[in-house]
Amino acid sequence: MKPTQRTFQDRGASATSAPATLRRAKGRPRRSSILLHATVIFASAVAVFPLVWILLSSFKPKEWIQSSQITLVKEPTLANYQALLNNTDFLVWFRNSAVVALFTMVFGIAMSASAGYAISRFRFPGKRPLMWTFLITQMFPVAILIVPIYTIMAALGLINTPASLVIAYCTVAVPFCTWMLKGYFDTIPVEIDEAGRVDGLGPYGTFWRLILPLARPGLAVTAFYTFLTAWGEVAYASAFLNTNDKFTLAYGLQTFVPKDPTLPLWELLTPAAVLITIPSAIVFFFAQKHLVAGLTAGGTKG
Amino acid sequence: MTAATAAPDRRRGIRKSFDQHWYAWAMVAPVVIVLTVLVFYPLVNGIWLSLTNTTEANQVAEICRKSLGGSQVCTPNNDPARFVGLGNYADLLSGRVGRFWPQLQITLIWTVGCVFFHYTIGLALAVLLNREFSGRTVYRILLILPWAVPAFVSAFAWKFIFERDSGILNAALGVVGIDRVDWFANTATSLMAVIVVNVWLGVPFMMVAMLGGLQSIPAELYEASAMDGASPWQQFTNVTLPGLRPVSATVILLGTIWTFNMFPIIYLVSKGGPAGSTEILVTGAFKAAFEGIRNYSLAATYGVMILSILVVYSVGYRFFLRKQGEVW
Repeated sequence: MKPTQRTFQDRGASATSAPATLRRAKGRPRRSSILLHATVIFASAVAVFPLVWILLSSFKPKEWIQSSQITLVKEPTLANYQALLNNTDFLVWFRNSAVVALFTMVFGIAMSASAGYAISRFRFPGKRPLMWTFLITQMFPVAILIVPIYTIMAALGLINTPASLVIAYCTVAVPFCTWMLKGYFDTIPVEIDEAGRVDGLGPYGTFWRLILPLARPGLAVTAFYTFLTAWGEVAYASAFLNTNDKFTLAYGLQTFVPKDPTLPLWELLTPAAVLITIPSAIVFFFAQKHLVAGLTAGGTKG
Repeated sequence: MTAATAAPDRRRGIRKSFDQHWYAWAMVAPVVIVLTVLVFYPLVNGIWLSLTNTTEANQVAEICRKSLGGSQVCTPNNDPARFVGLGNYADLLSGRVGRFWPQLQITLIWTVGCVFFHYTIGLALAVLLNREFSGRTVYRILLILPWAVPAFVSAFAWKFIFERDSGILNAALGVVGIDRVDWFANTATSLMAVIVVNVWLGVPFMMVAMLGGLQSIPAELYEASAMDGASPWQQFTNVTLPGLRPVSATVILLGTIWTFNMFPIIYLVSKGGPAGSTEILVTGAFKAAFEGIRNYSLAATYGVMILSILVVYSVGYRFFLRKQGEVW
């Protein structure tokens, strides 16, 4: 397994005690140090710029957003936010997205946690094909599943309901969560399972009482990742939903982009983008520290 | 199940003692059931659809219309969907229906371009961030930021930047004396724009994965190579790159698959424009299925083609890795 993975990551996370990365820290020529900083500053600026720009623009009055004269800030106002919240269905879409994403997350984790554990700990006939299945499902294009799932949903009368999206997102979330959680369980030493057995716990008790609590960071990251996937999905939402009150954000925002010659309604899109990004960005920063461990552990072990 | 558990179990320690297979199977059962119902049944169904001529118009057994009195009048569908063998494939591949080959070409440029820049930029930033310098944590968080934003939001943010008259990019170009560019009015600039957006979006994932890989390379290897007088570049090519191979192999494979199937960016940023010339296979399939007269069988045919391409690629990729001595 990979018990070392997490310790490396923890080290990397705190910049003050990072012996593994100290390699040539001392005695590095000044010139290359400046170059290093310049490069990262430039890269960070590129990474942050579109978001900062959207944020700044969201406070400009409509005329200045559409103007070809570019200004950083001009007559800042909250009017765009007011218009978005009062005159559109933004809050309804927001709620719909949150509901769909939450349910996808809960189902994804609930179903895949035990499977991830079984694959991490036991050897059983069918394990390798199952692992391959998870990888291969990553290859399934939306294009091949979307029509059959659409017809199934239509037959069940679920078109234009949040349930149809939750079910569709589970096709992506379940294999992904299983893969991620398997990777995380691999980093928990097997000795803990053995200790549990010595103390008289059955395999399920070991999983439930010992391993799951230890895997909380892994669960959190997987949960968050699933949430974000569902929160931002476009194709299924665009295909399955057809009334304004059922739209998720990913589809609702498209209604702010009229047919071609008309310009998109940037005065609504910019504040919407800001409001959508804030919650996911906040959660992301709590999860990001563990992302490295979760991803690499799941990815590199067959 | 009992037959399998009766087989002699020679595995070590914890795995030896109890009726494990039964247990393991019970634990993976929910996932297997979900995959069967939600992935394999639709997959088989999709393959079947690609062999029929199902469209929105002919899929139902009866066609119902509202009569003047408000009651429904149903007549049998005279031309129901039927099996057409490989007809859809012949149509698609010969170019009679859809634009498969141009779209495949765009898909390949898109995928290779995106994955190349994802990987190289991600690796470069990971190597930089793996060093010790002040403010590293802050930079790391800033660099991961694009990942925290839902893809459709990023798509709109970039579309805003690329806007012809009020976009900041054209304004910036104006400052250095370049005329306004209508980015989505020609294929080359349009494709470039969507690739830029997707590179921006995908670099953080690569960077984080590579950072994980770098941190699992033992520091002793660097010390030993430094002792032998290796230059930084030699260290990079002889220690870092080989050490990153397992991670690289996985992320490049996954990245390729994801990018190949990446839907929202092209759908939202260029809308496939101008005139469908930056459509990739996935967005082409979506449009076949859900725009105009919905041609479900054509979309399914697209889907099967995409899946086949990816399976061939993955098998080839794995074979290639095997030949290089990677056990994966």
